Amino acid sequence: MSDILKALIEIVGERGVSNTPEEIWFYSRDPGVLTPHLPDYVVAPRTTEEVQKIVLLANREKIPVVPMGNGMSLTGLVIPLKGGIVLDMKRMNKILEVNAMARYAVVEGGTSQGVLKACLQEHYPQLRHSIPDAPPTTTIAANAALHGQGRLTQQYGFNSEMVTGLEVVLPTGEICLIGSPSLGPYWFSRGPTMPDLSALFLGWLGTTGIITKIGLRLYPNKKIRDVELFVTDRVDLIPDILYKLTHLEILEDVNVWFQPKPLMFQGNFHITLYFTGDTEEEITFKRRMIWDALQEYMDSKDGGFMSVQYMKEMLMEMPQRGIADFADVPKGGGFEYSGPITILSHFPQYAAKVVELAAKYDVLYASSARLISGGHCMMFSISFAFNRNDPAMMTRVKHALDEATAFALEMGGIPWKPNFMEQKMIMEKMDKNALKLLLMIKKNLDPQGIMNPGNWEVNT
Amino acid sequence: MYALKWKEKVCATCTSAECLLKCQYISFTRHDEAHGEMMKVVRGEDSRVLHECATCYACEEYCKRGNHPFYLISERREGRGMFTAPRPITNQWKNMTQMQGKYMVGPVKDKVLSCCFIPDLGILGTGEIFKDVASAVAFGAEFMCPAVHTHFARMSVIKERLPIVIENLVKLGVKEVICLHDECYGTFTAIASAYGIDVPFKPIYYMDFLLSRMREMKDRITPLGIRAAYQRPCSNRLIPDKYPLVKEILDLIGVELPAREYQGENCLCCGEILRSISGYKLADDVQERNLNDMVQTGAEYCVFNCPACQSSLSEKVAKKGLTPVHIINLCKMAIGEKEREAR
Ligand SMILES: Cc1cc2nc3c(=O)[nH]c(=O)nc-3n(C[C@H](O)[C@H](O)[C@H](O)COP(=O)(O)OP(=O)(O)OC[C@H]3O[C@@H](n4cnc5c(N)ncnc54)[C@H](O)[C@@H]3O)c2cc1C
Ligand code: SF4
Ligand code: SF4
Repeated sequence: MSDILKALIEIVGERGVSNTPEEIWFYSRDPGVLTPHLPDYVVAPRTTEEVQKIVLLANREKIPVVPMGNGMSLTGLVIPLKGGIVLDMKRMNKILEVNAMARYAVVEGGTSQGVLKACLQEHYPQLRHSIPDAPPTTTIAANAALHGQGRLTQQYGFNSEMVTGLEVVLPTGEICLIGSPSLGPYWFSRGPTMPDLSALFLGWLGTTGIITKIGLRLYPNKKIRDVELFVTDRVDLIPDILYKLTHLEILEDVNVWFQPKPLMFQGNFHITLYFTGDTEEEITFKRRMIWDALQEYMDSKDGGFMSVQYMKEMLMEMPQRGIADFADVPKGGGFEYSGPITILSHFPQYAAKVVELAAKYDVLYASSARLISGGHCMMFSISFAFNRNDPAMMTRVKHALDEATAFALEMGGIPWKPNFMEQKMIMEKMDKNALKLLLMIKKNLDPQGIMNPGNWEVNT
Repeated sequence: MYALKWKEKVCATCTSAECLLKCQYISFTRHDEAHGEMMKVVRGEDSRVLHECATCYACEEYCKRGNHPFYLISERREGRGMFTAPRPITNQWKNMTQMQGKYMVGPVKDKVLSCCFIPDLGILGTGEIFKDVASAVAFGAEFMCPAVHTHFARMSVIKERLPIVIENLVKLGVKEVICLHDECYGTFTAIASAYGIDVPFKPIYYMDFLLSRMREMKDRITPLGIRAAYQRPCSNRLIPDKYPLVKEILDLIGVELPAREYQGENCLCCGEILRSISGYKLADDVQERNLNDMVQTGAEYCVFNCPACQSSLSEKVAKKGLTPVHIINLCKMAIGEKEREAR
């Protein structure tokens, strides 16, 4: 047994470490199209102190550490590009506090969306968090680390903007509290009125430290949720329609989607509109506001509301499983998306690009855009399904996704949860001094370059 | 392509013009006015009728002179490139009901139980009442009556698809098609005949079937002793001679139908099509009037014939304190096969 393995066992116990081929095989890949790479060890800590000891060991031995939640970000962000330790955070899954009055929760760095959702449903039914449509086993800290979006993003911004404080193990091993918890027992503010240090960890994809605790805003959970589905066949109208809808300031979540299959969806753009209320009157009032806002499109026959009766159960699911069903249309269950963040007025160009790429690479597409912060921008997903047992199809999807990212950058968008190659494309295009700052921060926080190496690096 | 058999002279000499005078959605007070507008439609001219018709099907029943005003209105609208509902909704219906080879057929002999393209009908057509035909089902777009496209003024879709649907049923080698959807029976009888489309099997209306089965099982019936309001569907306007069957069936199983304003010829649409065509204002108004009318009769149940009406109104009638139930399930309750629907 190697010294490193022994040391790791000493830190987390025998059941918390593995380097057996069958286990590291699983940790070498994710469900996306990127090439797998084996780690040397998989380690599953249970406490912040264990994380700290692992990081100190990794520093000493100069071995990479790749923090991992559920590994479902799809773009190879937890593939250990340079081997080393995959740090599986899932055993750190406790809910540490719910402050119902101040509407925040504090959870450990491997706590899943599903665990928090279940806890709130059972003990705090008046509260909810912004749950993404990712599988419920995906983790809250990882979602913040990649600037995820959820059901409340339309109203309140990226899920990472809802962070109210962090506990982080720095790449050099120090345990650091960020925001109001650095001054006292309350986790209500990530920064203000101090400099917002949380920005050193959010969006960095695990390259600047390991989040071991995270505070998250909670929001009112209204008694009734409802949904309307507006359709139009004129893509050029979408930005205006969205502008009118967001002006209402009453929508919980807005998703615009289009896909060629099944046939009933062909040719139309669908806008799913969620809204909530505590009484039937509130719901009726909001529904009428939504319909009134779009009446002009009904009058011109360019758009209308479709009956949601038969789809309602599926639409109301949180998270929605429909996306996973899409993955299996070509059989073989593969699916990956490029999700540039962009402005609403570019919707028609992106929509045209999806169709063009699907035809060019002969792959099946589905596209869904989620509005962010009342329409300041949107996450436009360019999704392709593929058969994992068909390498040629996977290569075509990879090319299509690369081209989608290049297009997004050309259009002035920002690729979301970019894989290591897309990160390079971003860094090539970004303002040179901003790049210098980014690299400087990274170098200072992680002088040995051990944190998720290969990511946010110029020379990979 | 098939064409609507239209008797222009019958309209020209019509002294009633009841088709439009009775219309609940376009207001006419004088015969000459209503007749004049209908004649514009007949001559292929623009008319307010083409812009205001809510597609409730009712004028098919109001005209007692054997003409088909609603089909003609729909033909004229399509001819002028008009859309009743928004274009994407119209096309969505067309796509959604497209035959794609995804149908189901059970072991069929000389009779088939047609479930149209409505899964709920497959569940209804079961049990003792349907014991001899329950497995002989046909379901899917291949067997769907395309009448719904009249709402969208796309008679071309009906003319194109109906002969194929008929052909698909003929291919099953059946002599009789028991239609669980009101609209299928209306299509195979009224629409097919108006367009001169041959139907080489005998369409059987499920309420005829239901009535005769309930008579056969008379001994098993325990009268339900309840009051109900009936939601008549738009497609029943295509076959008004079948309307009295509801009362006969309900009488047999001990369900009272108290008189109300919106019944018979004066019945109101379930409202869902109105919603997609013109918006919530008209739909909410129609539904509110209809439901309040049901409530004031003291009815405990709202009886449905069409699953589409049931799905659009169930929640709303329940909120008004009425229990929504399909007429087949009421019959199943009367023979003790089904628990009383929870109130
Ligand atoms: C069907 C489907 C639907 C999806 N829908 C959505 C959606 O609606 N919204 C959305 O935002 N995403 C969505 N996703 C993408 C993704 O699954 C989510 O963003 C999810 O939150 C990722 O969580 P994870 O635990 O799987 O992250 P991982 O893939 O494990 O990690 C993601 C990144 O975070 C880093 N990381 C993990 N844990 C830590 C930690 N404790 N500290 C520091 N860094 C860490 C990792 O190194 C990696 O860079 C979807 C994915 C699928 C498959
Ligand atoms: S459709 Fe019938 S009721 Fe109307 S004008 Fe013609 S004949 Fe008379
Ligand atoms: S279908 Fe109904 S709304 Fe249209 S003209 Fe006939 S009666 Fe009036």
